[in-house]
Amino acid sequence: MKRTWKVKTWRLFIITVVGLYLILPLYSMFDFSTKPFTYFEKGRTLSAWKMIPKQPDLAISLIRSLTMAAIVMALILVVIVPTIVWIELRLPKLRRPMELLCLIPLAIPAIVIVVGIAPIYRWLSINVTESPIALAWVYAVLILPYTYRSLAASLAANDIHTLAEAAQTLGSSVPRMMAGIIMPTLRTGILNGSFIAIALVLGEFTISNILNYKTFQVVIAQIGRTNGNVAVAVSLASILLVLAILLIIPNSKRQKEVLDVDVA
Amino acid sequence: MKISKLGKVALVAAVSASLALPTLTSASAASKFATATSASQAGGLAGLAAECKKEGTLNVIALPHYWANYGDMIDGFKATYGVKVDEANPEGSSQEEIDAAIANKGTNRSPDVFDIGIAVADKYKGTGTFAPYKVRNWNYLDFTSLSPTGEFTPNYTGTMTIGYDGSLGTITKLDDLFKPIFKGKVTLNGDPNVSSAGLNGVFMINKALGGTFSDVTPAINWFKKLKAAGNFVLVNPTEATIASGQTPVVIDNGYISAGIAKKFAAAGKTWKMFTPAAVGSTYNSAISAWAPHPACARLWMEYTLGEAGAKVWSTGGATPTLWTWLLKTKRAPAAGIAAIGKSKVQASKATADESTAAKAQLKTAWATL
Amino acid sequence: MTNKVIGTGSAKSRAGSRLKDYAGLLPFLAFTGLFLIYPTLSVLIGAFLDPKGKWDLSAIRNLFSDPVTKNAFANSMQISFTTAISGAILGGLFAWALVSGKKEGFFYRFSVALSSVLAQFGGVMLTFAFLATFGFNGLVSGYAVKHFPNSFLSNSSWLYELNGLSVVYTFFQIPLMVIVFLPTIQNLRPQWREASDSLGGGMLEFWLRIGIPVLTPSFAGAALLLFVNSFSAYATAQTLVNVSSLLTPLQIGAALTSEVGGANPSEAKALSLLMVAVVTVAMFLYSLLRKKVSKWESTR
Repeated sequence: MKRTWKVKTWRLFIITVVGLYLILPLYSMFDFSTKPFTYFEKGRTLSAWKMIPKQPDLAISLIRSLTMAAIVMALILVVIVPTIVWIELRLPKLRRPMELLCLIPLAIPAIVIVVGIAPIYRWLSINVTESPIALAWVYAVLILPYTYRSLAASLAANDIHTLAEAAQTLGSSVPRMMAGIIMPTLRTGILNGSFIAIALVLGEFTISNILNYKTFQVVIAQIGRTNGNVAVAVSLASILLVLAILLIIPNSKRQKEVLDVDVA
Repeated sequence: MKISKLGKVALVAAVSASLALPTLTSASAASKFATATSASQAGGLAGLAAECKKEGTLNVIALPHYWANYGDMIDGFKATYGVKVDEANPEGSSQEEIDAAIANKGTNRSPDVFDIGIAVADKYKGTGTFAPYKVRNWNYLDFTSLSPTGEFTPNYTGTMTIGYDGSLGTITKLDDLFKPIFKGKVTLNGDPNVSSAGLNGVFMINKALGGTFSDVTPAINWFKKLKAAGNFVLVNPTEATIASGQTPVVIDNGYISAGIAKKFAAAGKTWKMFTPAAVGSTYNSAISAWAPHPACARLWMEYTLGEAGAKVWSTGGATPTLWTWLLKTKRAPAAGIAAIGKSKVQASKATADESTAAKAQLKTAWATL
Repeated sequence: MTNKVIGTGSAKSRAGSRLKDYAGLLPFLAFTGLFLIYPTLSVLIGAFLDPKGKWDLSAIRNLFSDPVTKNAFANSMQISFTTAISGAILGGLFAWALVSGKKEGFFYRFSVALSSVLAQFGGVMLTFAFLATFGFNGLVSGYAVKHFPNSFLSNSSWLYELNGLSVVYTFFQIPLMVIVFLPTIQNLRPQWREASDSLGGGMLEFWLRIGIPVLTPSFAGAALLLFVNSFSAYATAQTLVNVSSLLTPLQIGAALTSEVGGANPSEAKALSLLMVAVVTVAMFLYSLLRKKVSKWESTR
């Protein structure tokens, strides 16, 4: 069929152009990271990459950042998504103020936000804990612009009002309706929002660096100080690692499990 | 309201998760170490070392390893005293060092010591930010008149230089940078409105063109011309961009160029330096008034300003403020003499007022370069 | 209230349920209040204070009188606008290409995961990646110099200008668009399958009745997010360009970190206030657009 052929060609064209745009700079990084950096090495070398696993702080910082990602995920599922849906259903007048509030973390550069956040973390450090895990709270705020937008996209494409009415007519409780009916409907939005949230938590550098918390990216930057090749290698490695983590999570069955867990 | 119940559960869960890790208690109890203004008040060097060992860690901030041999300095301190060194925000500026100390005041993450330029050191002098401390070598150091009470201590001086990839030929005069071979290759390390390396780079060019510290118009015009020729690019050079060849000509501190030269030599390449005029800047060390590890902080001062430290500075291309005395007493290390020469570096330096005047010119000029 | 149908209810229980409706926001407000609203307000109020904490409007006044600030602001608007549009179009097309392929296939999953990571990629390493690709002696430019000496790729000077920065920003704008736009386009998929299966007239009808009304609000919302995303981007620009007065966030960075005596926190806070104001205005324009679209939809 002619139309299908046309669609296929366009599809291939777009994927190639955008794909090259995204892949070429990453390839340049890989290219440089495998260049020899001492006189004794010839041709290609993996010396820079081999230095990565030797770093003692790396594993613990990764576990820390993953813990924070898990806390942020929990907050998304239990607080953020229900609140956004709640506003959509019950308080539609608050939709725009909510969207604006969710954009604010992005409106102010992180280097300024940290000025306002620092006193809170100072207080927490002195009176409660100095654990970097406490950063999960500020991360749950930083992810709002992205999570809100992908969720709003899902909300716009689905008629959850009808769903909610039907569910409640049938006598379903609010949490049951939220977790069992509405959230599965918004799955793509929630998932994409969560993905970018996980990527943000594992990729955040500015705030943890200024507050001197040893998160994954802070340790990555420290390893990179040895030399330029290593800096590029660890940076690329961290992209690949986060990519791998995100690839392990999604799988249709597991997605459902994640979203259905809250029903109980 | 079951939703809010769920929310509460989440809040409790998240709070308890963030509390799960053991709470650390602050070690910075008011001790004689926190107020000692000299080693003798703290049981001498041995007393400081013993207490530092108990503290276990020294918090430093904004010390890039390639900067004036700081990598070796940190390793040397660790090896000598058997303590950990916690390095925060390695690429931070002098201002950010102080900001981090204020933001983290009272926590164990607050920096113990600062390494700051004269503008910031002057700005916070007398504000209670620094703990006065005079190292044992105090009387032998240069420039201590900048801070007679010992709130901060001038530690090492660097001269600005133009470092470049040796395969591009040899630069013998400033005009050489206009040659076509340097097209798109000349860079300055930082915006002179923000970074002291950038500002001192402008001062060096300015001095070479016959200008003064308080009027940098000649340098501004020179950069303008070089940019119009397509040779000067406003990109920030980093170790990676130098190694991969995107920024092969860098106007920066000599003690950074010296580090690059070593790495180039290891790779079988050459990195040359051309210094059209001797303009320098002295970096100062200071102890935070609320340092969480007061003994380690003082020990670090003794180490970096002592003979061991002087050796590390000099081999890295920086001139220790102890250098004049070391030369006079014939104690200067041979490796250091080979690296920075015998004569005390007589680089001229801008005063805080001159910097302000130059900055006023640069604010608009740099935006429209 | 658990058995009550949403949106109805007797007048008597109205006030009580309103209160309960608002109570549902409490958990969210509790943590955003502490970790978002409080720090934001403390920063914004700082715009009206001098370094000693006294009321002082000079930082705000400077915003409107300083030509350097105006120039930076204009540049910021320009780059945010261009990269929001380019990112939205390229990312939107890529999302479409993904959805028209095999859903939940490896390529789809891989693209979503990669987009999430790359949307957050920035700073010194992103700068390096582009310098090593398009900069002098870079991968692509080096190749171009050898084989296409007259093409624009062989002369890298474009990379160090505002346009070059736009190209770098688009790198993280595209994947961000993919992530936030996919949910919309995915839900449209069955309908356009139907539409494209029917005859040509069905296609036009589909776009007028479903495609445009459904896509426009989401597309505009995503473009707004992209606009703000590049408006506040700092680390990438800071490492690529040595001109702190090029963009508003760079000016903020300079006001906070200058080590040559230029640090002025009030200026940084006043500039942040300006940024929040711009985002609020953009938000307002966006909600106007949404109203227009829903009106247009109802007249169809």
